[in-house]
Amino acid sequence: MKTVDVDRSLCDNHGQCAIAAPEVFRMNPDGVLEYEPTFDDSLLGEVEEAIDVCPVQAIFLKD
Amino acid sequence: MARRIAIAGASMGGLRAAEQLRSAGWEEEILVIGGEIHPPYKRPPLSKEVLKSPGSIEEALAAVTLRQRRTATGIDWKLGAPVTGADLKGRTLTLATGEQLGYDGLVVATGLRPARVRVPGPLHGRHVIRTLEDSLGLHRELQPAARIVVVGAGFIGCEAAATATLLGCRVTLIEGSTGPMQRTLGRELSEGMRSFLTQRGVECISGERVAAFTWNDDGAGGTQRCTGVRLAGGREVQADAVIEAVGSTPNVEWLAGNGLDLSDGVLCDGHLRVLEAEHVVAVGDVARYPDRRTGTGPRRVEHWATPADTAKIAAPALVAGLNGTETPEPVAPLPAFWTDIFGIRVQGVGSPAVADRIEVLEGDPSRPADGAALAYYLGGRLIGAVTSALPADRQLHYRKLVTEAGLPASSQLAAV
Ligand SMILES: Cc1cc2nc3c(=O)[nH]c(=O)nc-3n(C[C@H](O)[C@H](O)[C@H](O)COP(=O)(O)OP(=O)(O)OC[C@H]3O[C@@H](n4cnc5c(N)ncnc54)[C@H](O)[C@@H]3O)c2cc1C
Ligand code: SF4
Repeated sequence: MKTVDVDRSLCDNHGQCAIAAPEVFRMNPDGVLEYEPTFDDSLLGEVEEAIDVCPVQAIFLKD
Repeated sequence: MARRIAIAGASMGGLRAAEQLRSAGWEEEILVIGGEIHPPYKRPPLSKEVLKSPGSIEEALAAVTLRQRRTATGIDWKLGAPVTGADLKGRTLTLATGEQLGYDGLVVATGLRPARVRVPGPLHGRHVIRTLEDSLGLHRELQPAARIVVVGAGFIGCEAAATATLLGCRVTLIEGSTGPMQRTLGRELSEGMRSFLTQRGVECISGERVAAFTWNDDGAGGTQRCTGVRLAGGREVQADAVIEAVGSTPNVEWLAGNGLDLSDGVLCDGHLRVLEAEHVVAVGDVARYPDRRTGTGPRRVEHWATPADTAKIAAPALVAGLNGTETPEPVAPLPAFWTDIFGIRVQGVGSPAVADRIEVLEGDPSRPADGAALAYYLGGRLIGAVTSALPADRQLHYRKLVTEAGLPASSQLAAV
């Protein structure tokens, strides 16, 4: 398992992460980000894409 | 000896290409050559947050510098050294420094530069927005009560007009032949955006073209400075500074003389392999590739998601070519874009620009600040959706519908 963290002070609820890695990130009906901090290693590629596309670089992979 | 992939252009496209080459298993040399002195940084804030309050140059740079993947190691950077020429047969690049560099594979990632208003006049007092320096230089002119003329009402022109207004400037937006962001959003939403901009204090002048710049001549041989514009209809608009946001020109001159189609960026196939060249791919804004989702032929896509989308296809194709292995089947990227104007966010997906019919899905496009969604069709198939001032989950919902509409029967990988 791997861990990911979103800096809520940066996150602007763009929703780009939810496009790249829908198993980990999703937007609730109020348009606010919800996410699973721990995810399976097989999703690492998708999560890296989410990190790349987040316009405010709010997503961080933890060791 | 290790083989080398050279990447020309060290912005988001160059960075994503380097990262994706490593992900595609390329363990040999990667050299990124950039014309700018900065490491890759993001441009969207340059007409928005950074233009509004940049702080010091160090602070601005820190705010925009792109984080790099930890897995992308061993990448060499040569910054502040524009490529001036390429011999694709001899696999050699010439840099502005006079240096010549050989390569085995090449990635074209040189992006765009702003087009200029093509009428004569001194450049002093006239601005474009593409680089960090452009944004910082323009910010200094956006003093309270300054008269600012923005020429061109695409995304960057509208964003700059909004930012300048928020800083207390008196802003006039010269739209040109189409309304605000009309080329992308279509007429209805564009008209809604015009009323929104007007309500927020931007004076919009429609259907007018700049016929001439005006400038002062101090008679003493000092620097001449632009003082405004004269429109084709005769009206003069005075300005303390003019912002030119009239589109962009691909940076492809360095590739001349190699028999490539450089008529609008670099023409590629669906794998982003440059046509008529061997072991050359293109990524980002400069790449013109088949739009498989609309089947409308090759085009360039100038959006935030493009560098990542194209690098993901181009890198494995280049590595496969160099290693003589099979090229993986590429996905058909689904473009996505957004803009922030006076606090409302417009988000789009797909290719609304080529639609032949637009339908309102939610809200009222004449009041974009109150929430609206539109669907864009081509030949009866959904090819795009735009939301304005709606929560991101609505955008994701419409994105799903566009994805589910699939590819047209005519979808093909070849460029022609
Ligand atoms: C002001 C502004 C605001 C934007 N806002 C948004 C937005 O809100 N939403 C959105 O979706 N998109 C936005 N975009 C678009 C997005 O930023 C671009 O799509 C993205 O920057 C493309 O990256 P690129 O690497 O392909 O090209 P570029 O960013 O143009 O990078 C090309 C790089 O190559 C270098 N170069 C050029 N010629 C040479 C040469 N001969 N040798 C070496 N290096 C060279 C250039 O100096 C540059 O650093 C905006 C763009 C701008 C300018
Ligand atoms: S892409 Fe970034 S800003 Fe947008 S919701 Fe995800 S973390 Fe937040």
